[in-house]
Amino acid sequence: MNQDCIQTWVIEAIQTVAPEIEANTINPDAELREECDIDSMDFLNFLSALKTSSGVSIPEADYSKVNTLNKMLQYLREKNE
Amino acid sequence: MGANMIDVTMPSLGADMTEGTLIEWLVTIGDQVKKGDVIAVLETDKGAIDMETYQAGKVSEILVQPVTKVPVGTVLARLDSDSLQFQSNQRQQHKTLPTLQAEPAETKKNIAKKSHKETLIDNAFSEQVSAKKEIPVASPAQPTIDTAIDSNSNSNIKASPLVRKMVKNSQLNLSTIKGSGPDGAVLLNDVLNGAVNDSNEVVDESENIKKTPIKNKTSHLNSSAMRTAISLAMEKSKREIPHYYLSLDIDVSKTQQWLHAENINREPDQRQLLLAVLLKAVASTLIKFPLLNGYYLNHQFQTSKGVHIGNAISLRNGGLVVPAIHHVEKLSKNNIMDALRDIVNRSRRGRLRSSELTDASITVTNMGNRGSDTVFGVIYPPQVAIIGFGRPRQVPQVKDNTVIVSDMMTISLSADHRVSDGGVGANFLHSLSQKLQMPESL
Repeated sequence: MNQDCIQTWVIEAIQTVAPEIEANTINPDAELREECDIDSMDFLNFLSALKTSSGVSIPEADYSKVNTLNKMLQYLREKNE
Repeated sequence: MGANMIDVTMPSLGADMTEGTLIEWLVTIGDQVKKGDVIAVLETDKGAIDMETYQAGKVSEILVQPVTKVPVGTVLARLDSDSLQFQSNQRQQHKTLPTLQAEPAETKKNIAKKSHKETLIDNAFSEQVSAKKEIPVASPAQPTIDTAIDSNSNSNIKASPLVRKMVKNSQLNLSTIKGSGPDGAVLLNDVLNGAVNDSNEVVDESENIKKTPIKNKTSHLNSSAMRTAISLAMEKSKREIPHYYLSLDIDVSKTQQWLHAENINREPDQRQLLLAVLLKAVASTLIKFPLLNGYYLNHQFQTSKGVHIGNAISLRNGGLVVPAIHHVEKLSKNNIMDALRDIVNRSRRGRLRSSELTDASITVTNMGNRGSDTVFGVIYPPQVAIIGFGRPRQVPQVKDNTVIVSDMMTISLSADHRVSDGGVGANFLHSLSQKLQMPESL
């Protein structure tokens, strides 16, 4: 599982709820939901889309581990190892 | 036959709505329809809407063909009804009253024509603040529109008939507009944004060069018409409704704990949100507070039979819609969550139904994690109350001489003093707080 692939999954999942967002406009260390203006309902939709593409279902208890783009990528990388 | 004819009119989906565009008929002459059936698709200030019929009958006449913009109250079709025993005389009255005000379809409405607007406001069965064409008119959920093809040009580009017409009227080329919808579908916003950006001083100049601004009436749809619409509803509210405001800091720790436990084994698409539990608590509390749940019309208050909660849903490009979930008091928490998911998704990526925009008996506005601990809402006439959920936050609380961390939420109530007094409101907030201490029994 290469890094590009994981990044693509995340960006595409974000775009299902925030179509105007592009990869290079996200500050990778900023709070992801604020950065993309995603509310709690669309965050669930985002996680559903991510689960479909990556196969990883992120539990509620891990939300704090995926609250920036970089942390999200790191988390998925570890899950895919 | 004449005695049993029912007019199907362009509905008023709020004080701010003066006209709507018939996009598509979903029925043809001879079809039998029942109450609640979706019979047409409209394009309104609130986006694309599935228009429902409030009466049962057989479609006997279709008087307006798509795509046509007509004033509220214009007769679009006629139903031949077997029975005049309307299920809701009240609603029928209010739905059809604007007919008296209808002007010929060709007549351009004067937006400043106060008397007419006032009448529309007074006649409106329900009013919602919100008024921006933000809902994509083309998406996978809308195959009937999505696949509609204009024979003139660009038939391989996805766009709704309305978008095509606007593009044509504005002498633009569809292929030059970057579509932001699914598969690059050109949405109404994509066309309108050109116009809005043109008048927006802070917009990046390079963006303007790429987009062709539309300098005709469509530019008003998005900015000034929206402001006018919101102004009308809010002015009426603040002019006529003597609001009183209450708030209570409610400990939602138990609710949050219950929620975490509930969600631990659930997949993302099955998880519950705090809002669903809050709505359940509100609905089951409101049953005992009929003075907060209903409509104030013609100097009289009428309690609503069901708790139909309008949810203020913000849209990505600004603006908001306030669709209602019907009979929340009868739904389980899981059902409410499903309904929330559905209306949020349809508000942002699909279509709402006309009844969802007219039936709310109370509204909630939810700040989520945004930067406000408290929100005092402005009541949507003819409703008589609005509940505001502030940002949930952790605070230190002293219990039994020990400082503990609690999840706190400030819940507010703005209510109509013509109908209820502060004591009623305070009792309501207290009862709501108690309900939230026992989330498992909701």
